[in-house]
Amino acid sequence: MLNALGIINIEDSTVNIAGLQDYRPVSAISILGRYRVIDFMLSNMTNSGINDIQVYCPKQPRSLVEHLGTGLHYNINSKKGQLRMLFNENATGSDVYNNDILHFINNIQYIEENDKPYVIIAPTYMIYKVDFNDVLESHIENENDITVLYKSVDNAKENFIGCDCLTLEKDKKIISIEKNRGKYKNRNISLEAYVLSRSLFLDLIKLASKTSSLFWFKDILNDVIDEYKVTGFQVRGHVECVNTLSAYYKASMKYCNREGVQELSQPSWPIHTMTSDSAPTIYGENASVKNSLVSNGCTIDGSIENCVVGRNVTIKKGAVLKNCILLHNVYIAEDVKLDRVVVDKVAIINHVRKLEGSDLAPIYVKRRDRI
Amino acid sequence: MRQNNMVAMILAGGRGSRLFELTKKVAKPAVYFGGKYRIIDFPLSNCANSDVDIVGVLTQYESVLLNAYVAKDQNWGLDAKDSGVYVLPPKETDDAGFEKYRGTADAITQNIDFLDTMEADYVLVLSGDHIYKMDYSDMLNYHIKKNAEATIAVLGVPIKEASRFGIMNTDENDMIIEFEEKPANPKSNLASMGIYIFNYKTLRKYLVADEKNADSEHDFGKDIIPSYINDGKALAAYRFKGYWKDVGTIDSLWEGNMDILDPKSGLDLSDPGWKIYTGDINSLPHYVGEDAKISNSYVNQGAIVDGILNHSVIFANTVIDKGAKVTDSVIMPGAKIGEKAVVTRCIVADGVVIGPGVKVGSANSENIELVAKNRNE
Repeated sequence: MLNALGIINIEDSTVNIAGLQDYRPVSAISILGRYRVIDFMLSNMTNSGINDIQVYCPKQPRSLVEHLGTGLHYNINSKKGQLRMLFNENATGSDVYNNDILHFINNIQYIEENDKPYVIIAPTYMIYKVDFNDVLESHIENENDITVLYKSVDNAKENFIGCDCLTLEKDKKIISIEKNRGKYKNRNISLEAYVLSRSLFLDLIKLASKTSSLFWFKDILNDVIDEYKVTGFQVRGHVECVNTLSAYYKASMKYCNREGVQELSQPSWPIHTMTSDSAPTIYGENASVKNSLVSNGCTIDGSIENCVVGRNVTIKKGAVLKNCILLHNVYIAEDVKLDRVVVDKVAIINHVRKLEGSDLAPIYVKRRDRI
Repeated sequence: MRQNNMVAMILAGGRGSRLFELTKKVAKPAVYFGGKYRIIDFPLSNCANSDVDIVGVLTQYESVLLNAYVAKDQNWGLDAKDSGVYVLPPKETDDAGFEKYRGTADAITQNIDFLDTMEADYVLVLSGDHIYKMDYSDMLNYHIKKNAEATIAVLGVPIKEASRFGIMNTDENDMIIEFEEKPANPKSNLASMGIYIFNYKTLRKYLVADEKNADSEHDFGKDIIPSYINDGKALAAYRFKGYWKDVGTIDSLWEGNMDILDPKSGLDLSDPGWKIYTGDINSLPHYVGEDAKISNSYVNQGAIVDGILNHSVIFANTVIDKGAKVTDSVIMPGAKIGEKAVVTRCIVADGVVIGPGVKVGSANSENIELVAKNRNE
């Protein structure tokens, strides 16, 4: 067991997945067929042995609450452990005030009453694998006050826009934090995941709330960066940042190949999720499938290529889908042609014969749409 | 809450020796079926879907895996406060020492304490090795309506095949008047499915008496049902319509799997109103590669398919490599079919590796080939 409180944080307005986010928080968005975005960070935490986790729930939490349930399926001990969902119960009318600091302040007794010496905070929209044992070990060994996870990337011109990036000294001490505006391709991207003592965490959120009602945790961190030993910890594997519809699309496609699948299929590091008990997928006589990731419960008699297909999707004969992401229970009628389209759950595409988006602007078909 | 006072007892001790290596280390009810499931998922899911909340599973042969598997009752939603799956292997007792289950009836007799504790009014006796979907609550209503002491589910079989089954001869009200085990000249085509509902009080008396009877084989079909008939107890036949299959041989196990691919077979596992539940696994959705061709097949999560699949059932975490050709076959969990290998009319057991270019099975074979060992040539 890892002696830290896990905190799944909300994300700020730099994360905006057009369409999909209208119906649920980013953390509850379906990804790679059978997962939700939150599964990756929650699995990082539980696979690292964190048994006590708080999930801060933004607006429209229904699908997130349903998905998380008791936390049993994430391997959280049902007696000794706890998956606690916390809501911004005194939310203000204006969204600009509903930052993570307000969430924490509104629930501060649950952080104060906790007995873990450390907190590990992370948002969900950054998808990567990390063993928090390594992070905490390095945090303690280097006598850091705050450890910030980061990834050194060479594609920051097109990706990670709006994310924090770090300027590091040789010993990885962070000397400044600024926004990535897409000016440079090489950047140390902050994963907005932090390790610090619970007492310092409490001090900082109280300070933040006194300083400005617009402050996020990352803002107060920037304010106090000279007063504490704030050090970067680079994660090893690759990082996908799901902060726009096109980034969501790109991240999905990144894993839609044999290497991507094998990378996520490590028996020692399972990605936990809620099962839906769907039967296997049935392929009909006319099916043609290439380079696609297909969930259970589908009936496929059409042609798909480079697609990520959610649960219980039906694709009829003669339909041709290329580079598409279909969420669960989507129905694609005969002879429909789609290219670079993201179809939200339970949508029916019947009469529209052809839709074509682009990599940068995939077309989005709304939840429960009938077109 | 407890939804009725019927307790299910699943007889899951059988070896299933006609499944050869598939049951060398696991009992027949734990054998894989249908891309995702084990055979025992069917009676367990039927119980869950029929509001039967308490299920005893009587295990004996190679039961380590089976016991561990069924003990995870949350897999079937049977983990609410008043429900549960109870693993009941033979046990050592004060008066009889350690005795294995001597027959289907003896297995229940040895667990009378369990049924007493659960305060059962009705006992539903099931077998752990059949593939079917049945609403047991409907059968219980029928049993109560018929005012029967016992009700036996029966299936109409072709009269030509009736001599292979235990046949129930009934009167005009579907009450059973005679039971014949594998009759040479069957008078009826109603075959017993090995599914019984008993009023527990009466059954308890018969079981206690049967235990003392030195001539008894302690079997429901051979001993208990005949004594009920001799004593004139009311025995009702409950006619079942729908898919039912005993998958006790390699050929019939293969046929059962192929039935999923045939919409006319009546075996539909994707009905959202009657899901078959099973142990959850962590695998990703299945991945279909650049060079794959798939038609008429059933593919589970975690599979990587880069070869050619035709009319086959593919379990989780299998790999079908580039150029491999799998036809009319069942590939069990974790098996790997190498590049350009050809698999035809086979059941490839879990974890088996077929090397590149190796050919197994044949399109003209009389029987389905079971491939239970790695093949490199």
